[in-house]
Amino acid sequence: MNNYFVRRILQIIPVLFIISFIVFTLVFVAGDPVSLMLPDDAPPEAREELRETMGLNEPFVVQYITYMGNMLQGDFGESYRFNQPALDIVLDRLPATMELAIFAIVIATAVAIPLGIWSATKQNTSLDLIATGAAVIGKAMPNFWLGIMLILLFSVTLGMFPVSGRGTAMHVILPAVTLATGIAAEMTRLIRSSMLDSLSQDYVRTARSKGLKDRIVVYKHAFRNSLIPVVTITFLQTSTLVGGTLITETVFAWPGLGQLLIQAVNTRDMAIVQASVFIIAILVILMNLIADILYRFLDPRIKYN
Amino acid sequence: MSHESQAVVNDISKDELVENRPSSLKRWMRLLWRSKTGTVGLIIVVIALLVAIFAPLIAPYQPQEINPVNMLKPPFWMENGSMENILGTDNLGRDIFSRILYGSQISILVGVMSVVVAGFIGVTVGLVSGYFGGIIDNILMRLVDSFLAIPTILFALVILAIFDSGVFTLIIVLGVTNWVNYARLVRGEVLTLKERDYVKAAHSIGVSNFKIIVRHLLPNVISSFIVISTLSVATTIILEASLSFLGLGVQPPTVSWGSILSDGRDYLSTSWWLATFPGIAITITVLGIIFLGDWLRDVLDPRTQK
Repeated sequence: MNNYFVRRILQIIPVLFIISFIVFTLVFVAGDPVSLMLPDDAPPEAREELRETMGLNEPFVVQYITYMGNMLQGDFGESYRFNQPALDIVLDRLPATMELAIFAIVIATAVAIPLGIWSATKQNTSLDLIATGAAVIGKAMPNFWLGIMLILLFSVTLGMFPVSGRGTAMHVILPAVTLATGIAAEMTRLIRSSMLDSLSQDYVRTARSKGLKDRIVVYKHAFRNSLIPVVTITFLQTSTLVGGTLITETVFAWPGLGQLLIQAVNTRDMAIVQASVFIIAILVILMNLIADILYRFLDPRIKYN
Repeated sequence: MSHESQAVVNDISKDELVENRPSSLKRWMRLLWRSKTGTVGLIIVVIALLVAIFAPLIAPYQPQEINPVNMLKPPFWMENGSMENILGTDNLGRDIFSRILYGSQISILVGVMSVVVAGFIGVTVGLVSGYFGGIIDNILMRLVDSFLAIPTILFALVILAIFDSGVFTLIIVLGVTNWVNYARLVRGEVLTLKERDYVKAAHSIGVSNFKIIVRHLLPNVISSFIVISTLSVATTIILEASLSFLGLGVQPPTVSWGSILSDGRDYLSTSWWLATFPGIAITITVLGIIFLGDWLRDVLDPRTQK
């Protein structure tokens, strides 16, 4: 088992290299950042000088090696818009995004667990139909559109919540619900099918035939076991979750990493883009690793070799 | 395709699946009819396709047709609304209904074509990786891991920030960022398929690797491919809408559902219909595709049901 995890962790190194290479190549192809950094009327000599000091006249390979060297020391370059190290700006925005994501996961779990269990224990009843129907609609709705509709209904029409921004508890509710919907939809489907699977197992039949109360059979025997795939797959969905925050933050003007990134992309602030892509990738890889470890921890039957 | 797998399919019994190998359209239709959601899904998808194809014939106006005296008119059932613009007009007096009809062309085109691109890359990588194994497999799988670590929408955003976006770019970008799932699926299937006797037999009589891959492996992964590519069209339509909403997808005068929605966002407090209807169009279409995809999965590949 230890062997497995050592190998698993070692595999991360080439992955980070490939990501850095892809990102660097994209930025390289994107072309000359000098035109963005200097005013339009800057003399050509000034441009050339800046290019020289930034090392932009070096060949691709040399630039890549310099870039990697700096990156390994945590230097992603400076944002031309903020005149600050890109990594600092990105890390500064991370807590807001985390806050949103955590609220969303809490809401999603609170909705999906009861819905999933009910629809599995009452399979093919109208309750099941409503739960699975809600889940599939939640999956079909574009996240950003749901956000807009929530703003329309609860902020514009009813005036219950602020339209955008971050600050009070009221600010976080609409964006968190928006982000939670997609996750809850996926989770409900997952818990339902996982519960149906557990409920048909022999140990559940045994528990029932012993005369245990239905509630105990469902929650203690079936639900606990059906949590294994649910927990791990939830961790594996980090990438989807982060993708969701990009859009949700833009809709609600939530001052997190997603909003920063979209602005950076629109203004071609490539230092910020590089730093955020890298931070997000590391986050996703870490979560996937945790998923692997949890999987093993939750289900001792699983052997890695 | 191994229909004899263990899983029991929704309301179609296992025996029936084995006996009625779907060889004729009639059998297919009967299987489809058994699943209510599958039938609904197919109907929605067919309607969406017909709308996209015949948009110029159905739409009462051109999508770019500006009418300054007819701005921000509400849908027909509201006060000031009329049957001339049944879903109302936008800030330039353009007919929302016509724009949604035309928008379906781009949304569906991008959804389907980018899945074709992604499928082509993914299936090729999966076949090569699974069949050859070893160092090739190792390298390709690290590449897959790298793509998995970057959220698709983020990846697409970064590329679109660099290249001028348009329909063609969008198809390529969504294809290039979405191939990973196919590669993983196909690789997994190939790993078991290549141990089968007929592949070993082909190998032993000297059939070339290329021929084994194309003749013996590819046909066996097609049905799983169809299942996930159907569902993937649904997610790609949403992805395209998201990118167009962020202003990095299709550029005017081209319309897609996402771009109509994006235009409507600024008029949320006065004209709710601008942002509402394109979203409904997306949701219904995606719902139809999911229903159809789920049904296809049940019928074609009972193993992936979990």
